[in-house]
Amino acid sequence: MEIPYTVEIRPDTGLYNAKVGIWLFLASEVMLFGGLFSAYILLRVGAEPGTWPHGWQDVTLGTVNTIVLALSAITTLMAWVACKVGQFGKFKFFHACTLLLGLTFLCIKFVEYSAHLNHYEIHLADGRIADGDMVSNDPAQDTVIIKGRYVADEMPLFDLRAQKNIPEDELKIPRAQITAMQNYGPWHNDYLALYFTLTGLHALHICAGCIVIGYLWGPGRKMWKTDPARFTNRIEVSGLFWHFVDLVWIFLFPVLYLT
Amino acid sequence: MTELKTAEQHNAPQSGHSELHEHAVDFKSYVVRCACILLAVLCAVGLMLGISYLPEAHYGWSLKIILILVVACCNAFLVAGFLMHLLSEKKMVYTILGFTVSFVIGLFGLTVYAMMDFPRGTVIH
Repeated sequence: MEIPYTVEIRPDTGLYNAKVGIWLFLASEVMLFGGLFSAYILLRVGAEPGTWPHGWQDVTLGTVNTIVLALSAITTLMAWVACKVGQFGKFKFFHACTLLLGLTFLCIKFVEYSAHLNHYEIHLADGRIADGDMVSNDPAQDTVIIKGRYVADEMPLFDLRAQKNIPEDELKIPRAQITAMQNYGPWHNDYLALYFTLTGLHALHICAGCIVIGYLWGPGRKMWKTDPARFTNRIEVSGLFWHFVDLVWIFLFPVLYLT
Repeated sequence: MTELKTAEQHNAPQSGHSELHEHAVDFKSYVVRCACILLAVLCAVGLMLGISYLPEAHYGWSLKIILILVVACCNAFLVAGFLMHLLSEKKMVYTILGFTVSFVIGLFGLTVYAMMDFPRGTVIH
């Protein structure tokens, strides 16, 4: 069965069908991320004064990831242009660059997630809180070792922007003194729940994009020999998805890292 | 985008040297355009970072957030307008996006409305 309008323009829409399809899909994606962004606004505005976390993210890693995605947006466009002008060698190069940049983004995100999941807030029997990166948490040992600091209450932990060069020591905490211990996972507070949900969903989109780009760069490129125009349209559609993912990150970066 | 030839056209028998040369020029002009957009996007990222480090004593956080989001919107315009070719798209795409924007405004409107919509008996501290 021949699928109509894969290359030629459909008269009533003025577009080939896949392009209409991807824009409809992107519209649904806007609603998906829009719902999560509105949840962010609702929770942030509704938070008690002084309890919304600031400066919890590594701005350097976030900036690097922003640059990586911006570069990948350019390379994916160049891959499409290379197809348009019939330079398949350049297409392979630019698409490989996009794939590598996408994977780089995911690796950096993994580093960020690992840092959060290894960071602990430990409540002690005397009312103090120990906060820092876990060094040793061997159940066979009587002590837990973290690299961090003691604070009297939670308030100094919320806003880290003004606290430059926080002195960190290796703290040996007896297990008998620990009343509660929790890492900075999505269960820790509203901010981290939103951070992991938004960035996790975004990372899933990057994964999906990498799979599609990888397929078109690998086994899917056979179509170039049989139907180059249709292959070029596939590259355009996958590129539109990739640009949308970049677009979402353009808002995630300032909202979660800078404000 | 429209000035570029399709792969089908490219694969058609070449009429002469001039057409090949034209392709090369198109590709190069696109590289230059992409480099300009990348530079603009990087400048916008730098500007957002710069605003976030402005002293709070002189600029309140609300002003900083507004400025950062304005720069983010400009950045998004660059990506959507030039990289996704939204500036030269067909009416169908604009129609789809028009509906989407109206639904998103409705969604955010409901969020703002819900902020003041407490169930009866809610104790506000």
